[in-house]
Amino acid sequence: MNGLFSEVFISSLVSGGVIAGIPLIYAGLGEAISERAGVLNVGLEGMMLGGAYGGFVGALHFHSTWFGLLSGGLTGMIISLFMVVLCVRLNSNQIVVGIAITLGAEGVTALLHGAIYADTYPRVPVVHPYAIPFLSNIPIIGPGFFNHHISAYLAVVVVFFVSWVLKSTGIGLSIKAAGDQPHALEAAGGGVHRIRTISVLSTGLLAGLGGSFIVLVGAGLFVPFITNGKGFLAIVLAMLVRGRVRWLIVAGVLFGMSLSLTTALQLAGIDVPIDLVLMLPFVLIIVVLFAFGRRSYLPAALALPYDREQR
Amino acid sequence: MSALHDETTVVAAERVSAIEGRLTRIGRSMATAMIPVIGAFVIGGLLLAVLGRNPFSFYGNVIHHGLIGSLGRQETLIRMAPLLLIAAGLMIAFPAGIWNLGTDGQYVMGGVIVADLGPELAPHFSGFVLFTTLFVVGFAVAAIWSLIPAILKAWYGINEIISTLMLTFIGLRFSAFLVKEYFYDRETTVPQTRVLAVADRLPRMFSSRVHIGLVVGFVAVIAVHFMMRNTAFGLRLRIVGMNPKAAIHAGMNMKALTLAIFTLSAGFAGLAAAVNIAGVDGVVRAEWNPAVGLLVVPLVFLARFHAASVIAFIAAFAVFQVGGESASRKADIPNFMVLFMVGLLLVFMALGEYMQLRSSRKH
Amino acid sequence: MVLANELTPSVELIGITKTYPGVVANSDIHLTLRPGEVHSLLGENGAGKSTLIGILSGMVQPDAGEIRIKGETVRINSPRDALERGIGTVYQHSLLVPTLTVLDNLLLGVDQGWKLGRDAAKARLQEVSTLLDVEIDPSSVVGDLALGQRQQVEIVRALWRGEGVLILDEPTSMLTPQGAEKLVQVVRRLVSNGLAVVFITHKLNEALDLGDRVTVLRRGKIVGEVTPAELQNRSRAQITDEVLKMIFGEKSDASYAAFASQVSETADETFRVDHLSVEGSGPHPVLDNVSFTLKRGEILGIAGIDGNGQKELAEVLAGQRHADSGEIILDDQSIQNLSIAARQAKGIRYVTDDRHGEGTVGPLSIALNIVLKRVGEVPFWRWSLVRHSSIREFARKLIHDHDVRAPHEEVAISTLSGGNMQKVILARELALEPRVVVYNKPTYGLDARTTSLVLASIADQAKAGVTTVFISTELSEIVSICHRVAVMYRGKLSEPIMVRSGIELKLGALMTGSTTL
Repeated sequence: MNGLFSEVFISSLVSGGVIAGIPLIYAGLGEAISERAGVLNVGLEGMMLGGAYGGFVGALHFHSTWFGLLSGGLTGMIISLFMVVLCVRLNSNQIVVGIAITLGAEGVTALLHGAIYADTYPRVPVVHPYAIPFLSNIPIIGPGFFNHHISAYLAVVVVFFVSWVLKSTGIGLSIKAAGDQPHALEAAGGGVHRIRTISVLSTGLLAGLGGSFIVLVGAGLFVPFITNGKGFLAIVLAMLVRGRVRWLIVAGVLFGMSLSLTTALQLAGIDVPIDLVLMLPFVLIIVVLFAFGRRSYLPAALALPYDREQR
Repeated sequence: MSALHDETTVVAAERVSAIEGRLTRIGRSMATAMIPVIGAFVIGGLLLAVLGRNPFSFYGNVIHHGLIGSLGRQETLIRMAPLLLIAAGLMIAFPAGIWNLGTDGQYVMGGVIVADLGPELAPHFSGFVLFTTLFVVGFAVAAIWSLIPAILKAWYGINEIISTLMLTFIGLRFSAFLVKEYFYDRETTVPQTRVLAVADRLPRMFSSRVHIGLVVGFVAVIAVHFMMRNTAFGLRLRIVGMNPKAAIHAGMNMKALTLAIFTLSAGFAGLAAAVNIAGVDGVVRAEWNPAVGLLVVPLVFLARFHAASVIAFIAAFAVFQVGGESASRKADIPNFMVLFMVGLLLVFMALGEYMQLRSSRKH
Repeated sequence: MVLANELTPSVELIGITKTYPGVVANSDIHLTLRPGEVHSLLGENGAGKSTLIGILSGMVQPDAGEIRIKGETVRINSPRDALERGIGTVYQHSLLVPTLTVLDNLLLGVDQGWKLGRDAAKARLQEVSTLLDVEIDPSSVVGDLALGQRQQVEIVRALWRGEGVLILDEPTSMLTPQGAEKLVQVVRRLVSNGLAVVFITHKLNEALDLGDRVTVLRRGKIVGEVTPAELQNRSRAQITDEVLKMIFGEKSDASYAAFASQVSETADETFRVDHLSVEGSGPHPVLDNVSFTLKRGEILGIAGIDGNGQKELAEVLAGQRHADSGEIILDDQSIQNLSIAARQAKGIRYVTDDRHGEGTVGPLSIALNIVLKRVGEVPFWRWSLVRHSSIREFARKLIHDHDVRAPHEEVAISTLSGGNMQKVILARELALEPRVVVYNKPTYGLDARTTSLVLASIADQAKAGVTTVFISTELSEIVSICHRVAVMYRGKLSEPIMVRSGIELKLGALMTGSTTL
């Protein structure tokens, strides 16, 4: 049976939605942290792309998905160091530096990939999914949701961990203060620069993980510009969940589904202009922004550099 | 008599010293702009060395094919035309505090309509009317496209960084859809619009391939520079950029100004596309993504919205883009060096700005 | 109190100097803070008080000089250092995070790691609030608290890590008379427990009332000190006179005069506000059915504690905020639907209290800020082209007329002190034949002499026929220049009453909502 309610359509939509959504969740979570701390990280796309390439190289070198993820996360973190030095420490314009990071990462990854791997186009080790007992046996949607590589489940765990950190720890408190009233944090004896540094580095780590997930679990190989706007989508998701990071899980999978819609439609044999379908997630963002964006909460000191002697 | 004479010498001397002061200021700002450029070249060279390529021959090729060789120089000037127009648009938006990061989408949307319309109109209209119409259409289409983020911003307070970025992705896909479904040329196998005949394209100058679009670009940048600094409208935009609350308090019509900023800024991007299509390309393919808009953003920022610096940076960028293509081919690497260099340039620029700030604080 | 001299000083500043580009903020300051003593630091705006606090609290590093705490030379590198050495500061502008609870605000910066000692913190809060004799609910969100309560939270936080020195920066500027009374009690309790309190103010009477010792700063230097012995033994009038000379140099005329004159019985009613309401997200409306009528040349004072709808009323009158219902009538014509610019053209002026936020554009020159509301108008622009010479000439005239202290009209307005910035705003608003002027706290943060000049010019304008709405939290100012006064409380405006001597207490009661008319 073909059509929108066929099993093949739904299960490929769900499964593809999770695969495409997990990177959004990782990166969106990272962005949510730095936005809470007052740093608007437009370089997220670049950090994801760097993570994707770093993960690719790591996995090839060590023949291991896990080492790939690790090296991807570290690459993202190294790239975020630029943001730390320039925006947190030297108070440069966060948007311009964000664009620089994205452009630079696009350039350098495409260059390196082209110079080193363009002739061979190697593939990374195949990943083995882990089916969660019972849950994965739910008809139609079970395998789509609950039969993935462990790093996909890890994303959910990390979201809950970050949610707990923000709510119940001293670091979380300081992160929120750094975004809402940095002078208050400083006056209370906390270090705004220190907290923002930690936040941006975590963003880099998580964006790198998200990027390497695309390569290692999703695509199985690296091509230039593979993130294709996912970093920007993740920025919007972070803004939309307004600090309630657990909603990222739902939002990530939903937008993941809209990203994987073309494949699902093709599998189900439904003929729609492919360009319009590919447009969908971005249109969806505009619609969601319009519907909920007005109430979206952004920290008061977002995108503003912090200078102790100036008010 | 002698008193008068003295006075004129004093005035003359003052004028000379004023000119000298101005020159040193220009020199200093050139130096602060050059340091990031040199830094970017050094790090870029290191990357090339790591990849086993000779950076000196690479850069030599860039200069040779982008600037010295006559063909390359012409290509550089041709590339500059749309870049200058995009820059002119950003010189309006950024000082007004509007982060229009969607010039790529605006460019493509304007371009695709112009590409469809050009061959349609060409048989019926003479050169000047045809080009003016195409320019106006390109400008208008992009301006209308930008009404989406403009209205979202002005009426609903939705951040334009996000909406304009999203609309770039939408615009790229939508224009591909238009080309594949409606605008395609039935006589070709690849999805693309009909080609504007070479005879119907923009007139060329100095018996070279360089078309008058370059003049349009220069005029636009200089006119915007003048408008932002010397007119009431320009001052309003700068006030909105510096302190929007003060602009409201002073009774300025924020909604109208926001619409004006978006449509003007986007309109120049659409005009850029029209100039490029009517001047050189003559056609739009379905998967067309020039992706230059985001690259112009840092250049305009680095130039601090000053016409002379904008022109200088765009020229340098175009040289590197044109020369980089040949140099990359010769070095057998993909042509992404220019992306990386612009990223580096920005990083060094941010560093340079900080150094300058620190030294000015010390004195 | 006399015994205090024999104890080790809590803090000694020796030869502290701090310069900023073009300004010597502090020059060779010697200051000793003693336990059990309230030390008032008095001076005009720009006298260097803020820099001195910054140095004590670790926000600013001095260029030269020595700091000794309990006799030991130390460096205070950060606010954290200061707090750990028992120096706590309550800043003029609230430094609490409005989105967090009281408890979380207090924990901020203390517990920086994983664990958050909320229980221990509750105990400490109990301890400090007992010391202060105040009651604070640890779980309420700071943004919901009244200003007086917020200040108490700030004091608690300043003392959180140790009770040594408490610095209070203009602490009464946001408080009601009753709230200020409570603050005095708290301060007295603290010094009797052996703390040293530094009390920074530009109000002479407060400095003398509260301080056991008064030090006067002028242009970054200490210009005089009144010792406890002098304060006890000499007459108030004598001391006042002397201190005024220290603050302003030789000439001084800071005494308030009663400016108000009678409004003619026959003057016509020019400005009427009918049943204005603005919905709010909170428990009560932002504006609740506000009505009043003003005659030509009349000054209506609007008293009230900050945040009861005064600012919103001013914004509605100026056209910056949309009213949900009601009407504003000028000369029998409704101006309710007119834009801000159209109201300005009709002669409505709004002197905002938010000088930096909306009153001025910081990076622009004084001259351009003076024509900020006339961009594009002749003669400053012609054919839309700017005519700098005519703008500068106009600016020079206003700068001279309003006694703005600035090197010239082309400097960025952000380099001016608060008082001079306010003078520029007043000059701008009054330059073009105003009909109705709405003032929102026009003297906030100004020194006594400037305040007196500003009040005099408001009264003069009124005599010339300008109708005035004068919003202020300073009852003394309202009493000195207004014809009638009404009080705003939770969005409601009381019936205006004629100003007569001795109504301050009644107004104070209205301001806190404890009585209604």
